[in-house]
Amino acid sequence: MKVKNLLIAALRSLAKNKMRTFLTMLGIIIGVASVIAMLAIGQGSKQSIQAQISTLGTNVLMIWPQASSAGGVRQEAGSSQKMTLEDVTAIADRCPSVAYVTPQVRSSGQLVNGNMNWRTSVYGVYPNYFEIRNLNLSNGNLFTMNDDRSATKVCVVGQTVVTNLFGSDADPVGSFIRINKIPFKIIGVTEKKGQNAFGQDQDDMVIAPFSTVQKRMMAITYIQSMLASAKSEPQIAAASQEITDVLKAKHNLGPSEDPDFTIRTQTDIANAATATSGILTILLATIASISLLVGGIGIMNIMLVSVTERTREIGIRMSVGARGRDVLLQFLIEALLISLLGGFIGVTLGVLVSQLIANILSWPVTITIQSILMSFIFSSAIGIFFGWYPARKAAGLNPIDALRYE
Amino acid sequence: MGKAIISVKSLVKVYKMGDVEVHALRGVNVDIMKDDFVAIMGKSGSGKSTFMNIIGCLDVPTRGQYLLDDVDVSSLTKDQLANLRNHKIGFVFQSFNLLSRTSALENVELPLMYNKKIASREMRERSLNALEAVGLADRAHHFPNQLSGGEQQRVAIARSLVNDPVVILADEPTGNLDTRTSIEVMGIFQKLNHKGITIVIVTHESDIAAFTKRNITFRDGRIIKAIEVDKPRNAMDELANMPVMVEEDEV
Repeated sequence: MKVKNLLIAALRSLAKNKMRTFLTMLGIIIGVASVIAMLAIGQGSKQSIQAQISTLGTNVLMIWPQASSAGGVRQEAGSSQKMTLEDVTAIADRCPSVAYVTPQVRSSGQLVNGNMNWRTSVYGVYPNYFEIRNLNLSNGNLFTMNDDRSATKVCVVGQTVVTNLFGSDADPVGSFIRINKIPFKIIGVTEKKGQNAFGQDQDDMVIAPFSTVQKRMMAITYIQSMLASAKSEPQIAAASQEITDVLKAKHNLGPSEDPDFTIRTQTDIANAATATSGILTILLATIASISLLVGGIGIMNIMLVSVTERTREIGIRMSVGARGRDVLLQFLIEALLISLLGGFIGVTLGVLVSQLIANILSWPVTITIQSILMSFIFSSAIGIFFGWYPARKAAGLNPIDALRYE
Repeated sequence: MGKAIISVKSLVKVYKMGDVEVHALRGVNVDIMKDDFVAIMGKSGSGKSTFMNIIGCLDVPTRGQYLLDDVDVSSLTKDQLANLRNHKIGFVFQSFNLLSRTSALENVELPLMYNKKIASREMRERSLNALEAVGLADRAHHFPNQLSGGEQQRVAIARSLVNDPVVILADEPTGNLDTRTSIEVMGIFQKLNHKGITIVIVTHESDIAAFTKRNITFRDGRIIKAIEVDKPRNAMDELANMPVMVEEDEV
């Protein structure tokens, strides 16, 4: 039988039992729609996490010294005092994959402006910290390396600090505040960045030249940590290796010895965070797939009923010359049509439901072409898989028995 | 009469029903010539249906030889048998066996659908011609449930002859019809036979068999009698002479 005739015959027999066809299709529709919606939710949350991770900066590497130990008692990570400015210079000079590197010290400071006060972290860094972290100023200017060399008492503050010391819409550039009783001139305000992936307020901080914080506020000679950025994302691993080699050499460690510092890259953090949402996506998709499977069983059930009901029709077709193959194809195409049509409606419904979730629950959703294609392929595979057995059964009928069937 | 369309030699069919062997045919020899019009008669269980199934290529014999239009059928596969049914045989059944909710025309087209060589235009043309041959051209787009029993059987006859078969096999074609419609149907068979189509019908009514040219009687899986009909009844003449009041029988 020609494909055109097969299609017409299949469509006609589906049209004979509209309600039944629709209900069978409903199983596939719900299955496909839920797969699409669940994948959209999973993908959406994954992307929003990735977007948050990227607020850390571009291709960032964080370098901490290892935990120190005093008489066998180990202190917290980063407490070792072995890292110095020489390490920073060495990395800047000898690591070709590293774009920027800055030392970093962090102190707690009590900020006072008139009768207002606020406690927050004060970071001492080089100006290139702003490049690494992707920070921009909304107001004023950045300090320079000259400010660092002369340990000038200037600072850049975040929006949260401004709100708490000056009120929400004030412009503090040019004003003086006292940090731990030392007067600082505010020369810039950072752009609002919001919370990061871990719930920290990224606008609640003060950034000052490195030596100002290190020498004037903290009075230490070592540096607490370093922040570097690789020239491009693929170079992150190379940068990490280069930094390891340079620091090991500086700290007189042999190649086989463990390093006395730790490097964490932005990729590590992103991977850890997206792993969770990846598991969530798989879980949701699995549950949705099960409903698709149940829909497939529905198809099989109805096709079996249909074969029994139409035994006589099969007998008639065989007596006028239909081969087993023709009958098989006819029933297979019916099953395939149900599942493909169901798949199509399901995809449409799934996209609508995802948009609804996005609008009403304001949950981020992302519908990918892959998930649509996958649902289509999966649902037609289900049609063939679950249609095969009933079709096989129809094709294997003996024409004499089929003709006699009441 | 020309060559044998159907040639059967020592045909044996044994069914196994569990442990019991049922000998449906115990050595049947018969030749059916081109242009012949044969009635197969016999009581139920005499083996006439089994014989029909085998010469209709719906079943294969256990032993013996069967040549249909010079093709040895005994050794063919299922698909080859289907192909043979499609090209060389037309079936008419007692219960019409039309596809419901499918128009008369499409029912007639059915055998041609399974013949890949025929284009849809030719399919339509031949089906309309077949319907015209049975006098139902004006009913082409009616559904079976809108047709009377006699009309349904005529659609079935049209379906059986649409593929230009070498033989039309009819299993109790008048079994579900009243006397007048039975005669009408036999009239159509006579007309087709007159045009040169070989026809074999199974019937247990001797007055229906009287319309044919040859009667073959089965009993216990063997042919016990094969006679030429002396003076076959002529359906057209009888219909013309029938009183019109027969029409009111249904009241």
